[in-house]
Amino acid sequence: MWSIFHKFGSPPWLYSISGAILRWLLPATLIALIVGVSWGLLFTSPDFRQGNSYRIIYIHVPAAVVALAGYYVMALAGAVSLIWRMKMADVAMKAAAPIGAAFTFIALFTGAVWGKPTWGTWWVWDARITSMLILLFLYLGVVALYEAFDNKEAAGKACAVLSLVGMVNIPIIYKSVDWWYSLHQPASIKFTEKSTIDPSMFYPLLLCIGAFYALFTCCLLLNMRAELLQRESRTQWVKKLATESGRN
Amino acid sequence: MYFDSLYALLTMDGHGFYVWTAYLVTLIVVAMTLISPLRRRKRFLQHLAAELKRNQVAPGGGASGGP
Repeated sequence: MWSIFHKFGSPPWLYSISGAILRWLLPATLIALIVGVSWGLLFTSPDFRQGNSYRIIYIHVPAAVVALAGYYVMALAGAVSLIWRMKMADVAMKAAAPIGAAFTFIALFTGAVWGKPTWGTWWVWDARITSMLILLFLYLGVVALYEAFDNKEAAGKACAVLSLVGMVNIPIIYKSVDWWYSLHQPASIKFTEKSTIDPSMFYPLLLCIGAFYALFTCCLLLNMRAELLQRESRTQWVKKLATESGRN
Repeated sequence: MYFDSLYALLTMDGHGFYVWTAYLVTLIVVAMTLISPLRRRKRFLQHLAAELKRNQVAPGGGASGGP
């Protein structure tokens, strides 16, 4: 158990294992994305009330789900780096922030474009949408805060605290559609009771959610690898890697 | 396949603009998030390799043990 913990703290080990994972995860993710999106776009029938505009669901819901999951990753990594001073957790936290921002932006943008033909408006200041906008600002805040400090150790601490405080927003996002009456529909996929979504739409959606999770993992690993190299630029293993890549 | 023609697929009974805009913007954002760390890593390695090469040549011009 402890040896695994130590290995995670070792940059060269993390760099090589993430490279090995990405070699199959990245192509698998792209295939799953292409299959899931084409399934949803081309082979499902339109929604009886919303028509074809509902097809945006196959990117909107996965992006929103992963934007929230990404926040857990970022806040958890922040907590670990704060409590155990684990450098790799700090790398993970910093790497997660811009990706989370990208996914939150996708969720908000596709939501706006979906809202126009469905609700007749691009934007409403309702609870779900506003709390997602706050999520975007939290992600961007972590990115900006990290850049604002010259002392990167202090930057890591400040960002970890910000991401932990921002956790308050997460249950608000989840419950916003139940607590406040709004234009946004409540969740169609439920774990405790029967889902209110037809199986022919549910399976491609499930595949897209899985593919987006994998996509987040790929982006996180790619960002962490780039960050690792820069932080370890004075070490022997990075120098060796650079000379080897320079020769090719 | 649900749509019978390419035209039907593109217009989607009037919703085509919204659906395709959403997918196109998502594609651009996803591509950017995937490509930017790859480019950052590549550029960093090239930069470091060039720097190491300079430092190897610099001290005394061949003092590193040439023939």
